[in-house]
Amino acid sequence: MKTRAFHKTYTRIEQITKATCVLRATSVKYGELAWVNDRPAQVISIMEDRVTLQVFGGTEGVSTQSQVVFTGRPPSLKVSDLLAGRFFNALGQPLDGYSVITGEERVIKGAAVNPVKRAKPNTLLATGIAGIDLNNTLVTGQKIPFFADPDQPYNEVMAEVALRAEADKIILGGMGLSHDDFLFFKNTFESAGVLDKIVGFINTSEDPPLQRLLIPDMACTAAEYFANDKKEKVLLLLTDMTLYADALAIVANKMDQIPSKDSMPGSLYSDLASIYEKAVQFEHGGSITIVAVTTLNEGDITHAIPDNTGYITEGQLYLKHDSDIGKVIVDPFRSLSRLKQNVIGIKTRADHPLVMNALIRLYADAMNAKTKKENGFDLNDYDLRCLAYAKDYALKLLAVDINISIDQMLDTGWELLQTHFKKYEVGIKDEFLNQYWKK
Amino acid sequence: MTKGKVIGVISNLLMIEVDGPATQNEICLINAGKWLKAEVIRVRNNRVSAQLFESSYSIQIGAEVQFTGHMLEVELGPGVLSRKYDGLQSDLERMTGTFIEIGDSTDPLDYEELYMFSPLAKKSDHVTAGSWIGYVKENNIDHKIMVPISWKGRYKVVSVATAGSYRLKDVMATVEDEGGKTLEVTMVQRWPVKVPLTGYSQKLRPGKIFQTGFRVIDTLNPLMEGGTGYIPGPFGTGKTVLQQAIAKNSEADILIVVACGERANEVVEIFSEFPKLIDPVTGHKLDEKTIIICNTSNMPVAAREASVYVGMTLAEYYRCMGYKVLLLADSTSRWAQALREMSNRMEELPGQDAFPVDLPSTIANFYSRAGIVKLGNGQLGSVTFIGTISPAGGNFKEPVTESTSKVARCFYALSQKRADSKRYPAIDPLASYSKYIDYPEFAQYSDTHIQKGWVQQIKLLKNYLRVGLESRDQILILGDDAVPLDYHVSFWKSELIDFGIIQQNSYDPIDMRTDIERQRYMLNFILEICTMEFKFKDFEEVRTFFKNLINRVFQMNFTDFQSESFRKYEEGLRESLPDKAEIYENQSIS
Repeated sequence: MKTRAFHKTYTRIEQITKATCVLRATSVKYGELAWVNDRPAQVISIMEDRVTLQVFGGTEGVSTQSQVVFTGRPPSLKVSDLLAGRFFNALGQPLDGYSVITGEERVIKGAAVNPVKRAKPNTLLATGIAGIDLNNTLVTGQKIPFFADPDQPYNEVMAEVALRAEADKIILGGMGLSHDDFLFFKNTFESAGVLDKIVGFINTSEDPPLQRLLIPDMACTAAEYFANDKKEKVLLLLTDMTLYADALAIVANKMDQIPSKDSMPGSLYSDLASIYEKAVQFEHGGSITIVAVTTLNEGDITHAIPDNTGYITEGQLYLKHDSDIGKVIVDPFRSLSRLKQNVIGIKTRADHPLVMNALIRLYADAMNAKTKKENGFDLNDYDLRCLAYAKDYALKLLAVDINISIDQMLDTGWELLQTHFKKYEVGIKDEFLNQYWKK
Repeated sequence: MTKGKVIGVISNLLMIEVDGPATQNEICLINAGKWLKAEVIRVRNNRVSAQLFESSYSIQIGAEVQFTGHMLEVELGPGVLSRKYDGLQSDLERMTGTFIEIGDSTDPLDYEELYMFSPLAKKSDHVTAGSWIGYVKENNIDHKIMVPISWKGRYKVVSVATAGSYRLKDVMATVEDEGGKTLEVTMVQRWPVKVPLTGYSQKLRPGKIFQTGFRVIDTLNPLMEGGTGYIPGPFGTGKTVLQQAIAKNSEADILIVVACGERANEVVEIFSEFPKLIDPVTGHKLDEKTIIICNTSNMPVAAREASVYVGMTLAEYYRCMGYKVLLLADSTSRWAQALREMSNRMEELPGQDAFPVDLPSTIANFYSRAGIVKLGNGQLGSVTFIGTISPAGGNFKEPVTESTSKVARCFYALSQKRADSKRYPAIDPLASYSKYIDYPEFAQYSDTHIQKGWVQQIKLLKNYLRVGLESRDQILILGDDAVPLDYHVSFWKSELIDFGIIQQNSYDPIDMRTDIERQRYMLNFILEICTMEFKFKDFEEVRTFFKNLINRVFQMNFTDFQSESFRKYEEGLRESLPDKAEIYENQSIS
């Protein structure tokens, strides 16, 4: 219990909903942290002396006589190098039973970086997965989610990306994470021997759902400390943002707000953006790269959560099960990395953009041929070649279990083009055809 | 002035109790350690609702409030170009910290800077609001010093400063109103952003093409000088890339980019690229004619609305100097969402999708501020406006897209399907339209400045596209063998138009910008091929023939216009075309 002697205690709560409670209090500041019995809460509206609190721990068991104490400041996190190698709950309290962290106390909803103080993100972040490096190249300072159905191995792929990317710190924000997945992350990092550069903020599915609302801000505050104060390359993993948004909807609903699309609060875009926009490349070299997970409902990306996310993030990665090769692939059509233009053909080989596009365009032709086949039409020679190509392409480049260098990916690409197509069919500038097309 | 105190806070909506008169849209200042700006959005007796342009953290009940007596205003004068403003016209480069803390604000102009003034008006001249007194050099343009636009009536010039260097607040002229009162004109004036800035004599009907360098726009769906257009598209279809490419290649004298609720990294890209890029029109650095206003998605939501109005007002100001201004706003949906958040907090009855019911009229009023105008001295100035829209779920049947479609004259629909198959720009050539094609003003202009019958040719080209796509659908339904060979030929002709004209690589130094002369040439060339009659054995032959043809046209687009390699591709291409005479002969035999 964080009661401090000099704070006034209130014991008359007037209204209780599942997520909020209302009481009369004076000299309260908007956004400040309060404690309702032992549960953390935050001021989300004040009207004269009527104060509405959002209770992170849920209001089960809160009575009209529960004790309420205001702390006078918004939720905060103590930051220092001691964070490294530790796991915390949504309030920044250690989960591992060891001592609490000492350090500078920072408000967790930090200010925005002045856009003119940002640097253009143009450092390649290689993962060895061709579906990412070749088609959707990542850059430090980028923010990108996996859009995946719940049955896809997104956490596994994300852990793989985290381990292969060269980051100084990996910060894990887990929202509604199943306890099994939490242990999976912990064990994976432990067996890779990188536990000392991990910081975890974990809300498992057993914890109160509203506590999730604090996780991204906690994780971002820690990330900003390492990226800006310590000038480190930070990789921030957030899983699962859909569960975060669900918690937002609960609070909005209990506040009697008029819901917009899909019962989500009208401010969903701004709420998500305030988290994702923490991704940044600083001029001094420090950076925050955000890789997140947004789970979908049967691949529906028009739902308000993935839809708003897509407008905020710099691309998205789709995982898909390819039945032709029996493996999970990174879908080349719907996946996108917006910042790849800053590095492909510049930091990578000059033929990268054209080869990438040619491969995808031909894969699209193959999908048309597949439709034709499914509809029972005869396939012409070109269709057949496309189909053979598609299988090779999926197996050698799109599958998530691939781990090769970008040059190898490009060489493989040329090989596939030459095996299945004629020069005039690939739509590549002569300049490159003359250089890479083997006679 | 009226004073008050804060009695309620719900996110960035403040309730204030006042002791005197308050005006709708008046700016008031809240004491939270620093003075924070808020705008009055509702008045009820002595209770005022105001939207705070900052985060409300740390606002305490009882905080002191001061009313300013004016609406949200911008400061207009030399030194606006090349600046990077936030949504309230604070100069971002003058802020010192890495982070923008609550209440940080800076001056929009530099009052100490010296500008070289040259007079235009003389003693005893009659002037009105917007009349040019003289000009100063601002980067490479002549920044006109005008009689403040807010002044009413006629004035007589008493004296004008002599040529020389002056600071912004120096008196550049004194004038006398009809009552004999003398007034001073400096280089700076203020204007409330939500009121259209006039200062011209009349608005004209657009009819002169505004070149963007994009073939699918300039040739197929042309935008006019002083015209309006909008680009809706699901995420990932290339709205921002397209808008930025238009920014880089358009023929504007002044370029204003409003990044409204979008990604900070996109603005950073402009910051880092524009100072290096050469403007194809003026030959100077691109950032010299550019103003950027950014309220990125993590900056205060309430300033989203302000940012688009600040951009429009600056555009109108340069229009009064006789310039061709291009205003880009990305994205107007974020502005509409900001309006929705506020309306919701005020517990107003919602319209469709919880947007405020007056959204359509708000959007219509805003788009209507664009236009080509005749100034008092007979010169022309224009504001061309292109807004992007981020429709929820990629569905164009939503309030922002629908409201915009009623006012904007050009529609550039971005299609997910084209984006998926990497056919960029992903503008759907048939769903998109330009209402200007049917303007007699444009027909007249294009007949004399592009070529006779241009509008008919555009329509012809569109028709080939339409027929081609219909054929494609038939082929997909019935199968390759079951349709007449003609269907294959029409389909491949539309593919030729797609690859040769519509698709354009905005990362290729040559292909990224095509001027209208080259577009005219390519249109004629491709139409020539389309009007040809072909004879083929089977559909395999059609495909091979056109694939080859397309590859050559594609390579042509990557070479300099009329260069040796351009002509070589063209000659090779013409050789591969069948001899017309031969075809007709064969046909008459069979």
